[in-house]
Amino acid sequence: MSVARTTESKPAPPEVEKIRVKVNGREIEVPRLMPDWQGKLAPTTMLQACEAAGVTVPHYCYHPKLPVAGNCRMCLVEFGTPALGPDRKPILNPDGTPKIVKSPRPAIACATPVSPGMEIYTNTPTVKAMRQGVLEFLLINHPLDCPICDQAGECKLQEYSVDYGQSTSRFVEAKVHKPKAVQLGPRIVFDAERCILCTRCIRFTRDIVGDDALGIINRGSYNTITTYPGTFFDNNYSLNTVDLCPVGALTSKDFRFQMRVWFLKETPSICTSCATGCNITIWSRGNKIYRYTPRENDAVNGPWMCDYGRLNFKWIGRDDRLKDVIVRGQKTTWAAALNELADRLKHAPAGSVAIIASARQSNEELWLLSKLKARLGAFSDSVPRTGEADKLLVNADKNPNSNGARLTGIAGSELGANLGGIASGIANGKIKTLIVFGEDVTKHGLGPDLLARLDALIVSDILPNETTRRAHYLLPGCAHAEKSGSFTNAAGRVQRFLKAIEPPGDARPEWEFLHELVNNVVGGNGARSIAHLFDEMARDIPAFRSLTWAALGDRGVELKI
Amino acid sequence: MPSEYRLILKHVDQPGYTPDIECYLRHGGYEVLRKALALKPKPLPDGRVLSPQEQLRDEVMRSGLRGRGGAGFSCGLKWSLVDRKSRKPIYLICNADESEPGTFKDRQIIYKDPHQLLEGIIISCYANDVHLAYIYIRGEFVEGAKILERAIAEAKAHGFLGKNILGTGYDLEIYVHRGAGAYICGEETGLIESLEGKRPYPRIKPPYYPAVLGLYQCPTIVNNVETLCAVKHIIAMGGTEYAKLGTPNNTGTRIVSLSGHVKRPGYYEVEVGKVTLRDLIFDPVFGGGLRDGHTLKAIIPGGVSAKVFKAGERVKVPRRTPDGKETFAELDVLDLPYDFDTIAAAGSMSGSGAIIVLDDSADMVEVLANICEFFAHESCGQCTPCREGALWMCKILRRMINGGGRKIDADELLRIADNIAGGRTICAFGDACAWPVLSIVSKFKDEFIARATAAEARRGKQTVDSERGAQCAAEPVSAN
Ligand SMILES: Cc1cc2nc3c(=O)[nH]c(=O)nc-3n(C[C@H](O)[C@H](O)[C@H](O)COP(=O)(O)O)c2cc1C
Ligand code: SF4
Ligand code: SF4
Ligand code: SF4
Ligand code: FES
Repeated sequence: MSVARTTESKPAPPEVEKIRVKVNGREIEVPRLMPDWQGKLAPTTMLQACEAAGVTVPHYCYHPKLPVAGNCRMCLVEFGTPALGPDRKPILNPDGTPKIVKSPRPAIACATPVSPGMEIYTNTPTVKAMRQGVLEFLLINHPLDCPICDQAGECKLQEYSVDYGQSTSRFVEAKVHKPKAVQLGPRIVFDAERCILCTRCIRFTRDIVGDDALGIINRGSYNTITTYPGTFFDNNYSLNTVDLCPVGALTSKDFRFQMRVWFLKETPSICTSCATGCNITIWSRGNKIYRYTPRENDAVNGPWMCDYGRLNFKWIGRDDRLKDVIVRGQKTTWAAALNELADRLKHAPAGSVAIIASARQSNEELWLLSKLKARLGAFSDSVPRTGEADKLLVNADKNPNSNGARLTGIAGSELGANLGGIASGIANGKIKTLIVFGEDVTKHGLGPDLLARLDALIVSDILPNETTRRAHYLLPGCAHAEKSGSFTNAAGRVQRFLKAIEPPGDARPEWEFLHELVNNVVGGNGARSIAHLFDEMARDIPAFRSLTWAALGDRGVELKI
Repeated sequence: MPSEYRLILKHVDQPGYTPDIECYLRHGGYEVLRKALALKPKPLPDGRVLSPQEQLRDEVMRSGLRGRGGAGFSCGLKWSLVDRKSRKPIYLICNADESEPGTFKDRQIIYKDPHQLLEGIIISCYANDVHLAYIYIRGEFVEGAKILERAIAEAKAHGFLGKNILGTGYDLEIYVHRGAGAYICGEETGLIESLEGKRPYPRIKPPYYPAVLGLYQCPTIVNNVETLCAVKHIIAMGGTEYAKLGTPNNTGTRIVSLSGHVKRPGYYEVEVGKVTLRDLIFDPVFGGGLRDGHTLKAIIPGGVSAKVFKAGERVKVPRRTPDGKETFAELDVLDLPYDFDTIAAAGSMSGSGAIIVLDDSADMVEVLANICEFFAHESCGQCTPCREGALWMCKILRRMINGGGRKIDADELLRIADNIAGGRTICAFGDACAWPVLSIVSKFKDEFIARATAAEARRGKQTVDSERGAQCAAEPVSAN
């Protein structure tokens, strides 16, 4: 069970010894040791050396974050090592270069360590023939029906066949038939005929998740991936095997046959289902999200994400999304509503306002709310949301941005600690105005009776609930997929997410309309973009100082908190 | 005069010789173990002191003993490669999986002289600081496993095994583990996986050399039954004396399993390299010649994995003149001395010591189809070339036998086998399944072409019928 976590803030590892090797005649220097699948230093492999030299070695079973299996044989290369004399010193050619003895046998680049002076050849006729041979073997029993396979476009078999294969098949025998459309588990469908038995799915499940759910039965060409009789492949990480599978053997029940991948747009984002903040890619077409996949970030999630987070996007497209700006039951315009609100808030007596903002809002939104809070002398808090953690990725904190709520001062170190105070403030009539962002407060101690005592209930949310139903001002907000912004995860890493799709109806990103509202109430400059806004926030909040939107990049930056 | 030299099989098959410990003790059993355990540290002139264990290992190194399981790797060298610095326990595994077709020597020892094997194992374990050893025995040897269990119990009762062996303070346990009937469990790393309770998928080397990362990722010695028995005799007579048996670099005796079209099939223990293939096939003390009225067609010299020799084939092999000079000689294959190096120089291997003799009644297409059926069924399926290639070749041959042959099939078989052989697979099984194809098809190509030509003529224009090759290697019952 391990996800390599490399943190930039840690001191650089001690300089490791370098060795010189040649790849296709070009000499390069590589470290003698490099990180293995667990991030531990291990002898540098031929494949790593080739990558360092910019030479691609085709591979199926090898995956940098899984233990090496060496079973596909696609990465076979030829190599030579310096000849040693009886004195164990290199024998030299007449021109003074070391004499190289070519190994009579090839080696798998994924598992074979390099040694000083080694020469690796990846472009010889023999290497090409070996790759062709492996591809031919992989294809003889493979159903050649790419047009109806869901993996088309993302298939390594397809890809390498074009690059390294031959066009004609010489196989005239009957193909081996294996089970198709097997329900391996609740979320996974398996086509054994497409499987190339690279065992990536087995290794991931066994060595990363720690669940010995998958195995192989039968011998030889009849080898088949399966679960133990009577058991299912059902853990919270099972869908990662769909990403790992180099062919179309493992498919996600949710995504399969929904859409050809080449039609989909990819947007970098962050999972909002817990405080880990797994980096994700949102795959969308038009205004519809088709899937999430993990986006590799060794400092956070490695190449993985949990199934729960991966599938938690259906709500974004729900029909009952809040689409209209509503003031006292009447649909209105943003301008009208915001003007009225600004007016109202400007005249609110100090101490008469409370803000409850979800720790699912972005850093920028929480910061804008914190400016209102300061101006209005408001009470504020967020709602804690806890559940089970696991040993791999899932955090017990189910809010994606609890740390953002803390750092902006919307919440104290313990989220929810002020909720009781706010409730009694309303009860004793001190608090007359309540601003709620993204929470149904009726479930958190502020029942309908209390809400009925307010002069103004200002609510922004995405889906209808008991709180939105009682709002005097209802401002339709956006799912994270519909806006840009940043979250601060459990480890204090600030990470950006970008807009993938348009929000429905009149719904707008909260940061956008909050920015207008805050400018109206508090005054201030007119940052126009999320980047400007972030940079302004970074100047304002000590913990974020030194950060810029641009510097967050795709991997985020970890704060020392 | 060629003759047997019975060292390991000395008592086996003697009237009245039984597998119980009393019989073994009556014949001097466990005396060599006593001798080994009694060794004292030996000071050397240069001031170093050789431990008893080092002395034993030195004897084995001096003996020149080469593994009898198939690869012929130096036993002394193997032991010297064991990682003794890791401070992990060192395990020893006796490979009693004996499944190479044509091989039936280890079982003679197991069934008829189990204590000799135990004594060999105990000495080898003592020499390598091993406290836990396993005998991995082929699943089909049900009775053999019982015999070994009984022998272990007897040896324990007599203090030769268990805690504080013969009062020396040395502890050793031996467990018998039965395989479940897969040839690949004989491959040492597949065996180790199986012993760990997993599928016997052979491991990649590097990094999983048993001497460093073997059983439970600890240094492990895997030796064949016969190899471990030889250790007992080496310690009994001394490595130098043992090395006088056989020929240089091919020392000692080995048990040949002779089968096929000879009058006297059976197991024969001979000095390595002191008898030729001709002796073994034709001499009255060995095979006694072919069946009457038949002529020799082919010899498979080291189990079905070995490349075939064709009768009449002449091969060039290095020879040493009496004054020690290296020269080359061109010999008829029958005149090859049966050893490790000459058979290898002639392009094949003596492998497990199994010689299969084929006379003119053998149809080489059928012979190869039979061999390939075995390999297609036994391929573990882990790595691509062997998994897919073994069954493909089997299907082609099955189709040929069923009248569906094509003239191009011979070349197709060679092409497929070439794509498996030569170190492209995880374990040597890949080579083992390709070599018979490469050698039989190329040396008997005319038979393949003739069969295909006749079939093509019979079929007329009709193209291939793949169903003729479909039923291969016992398709499994579907799991789901
Ligand atoms: C496919 C395959 C099957 C093998 N089967 C056996 C076997 O049944 N018995 C055996 O002793 N060695 C077998 N070997 C050889 C073992 O891997 C190993 O080399 C041997 O047990 C080492 O013992 P030795 O050095 O004493 O010969 C097999 C090797 C391969 C590649
Ligand atoms: S299902 Fe996919 S990942 Fe698993 S072994 Fe087969 S090809 Fe590899
Ligand atoms: S672990 Fe948390 S952040 Fe990662 S995918 Fe799962 S729910 Fe989302
Ligand atoms: S060569 Fe054959 S037997 Fe050996 S690991 Fe590969 S598939 Fe298994
Ligand atoms: S990548 Fe599969 S063997 Fe190296």
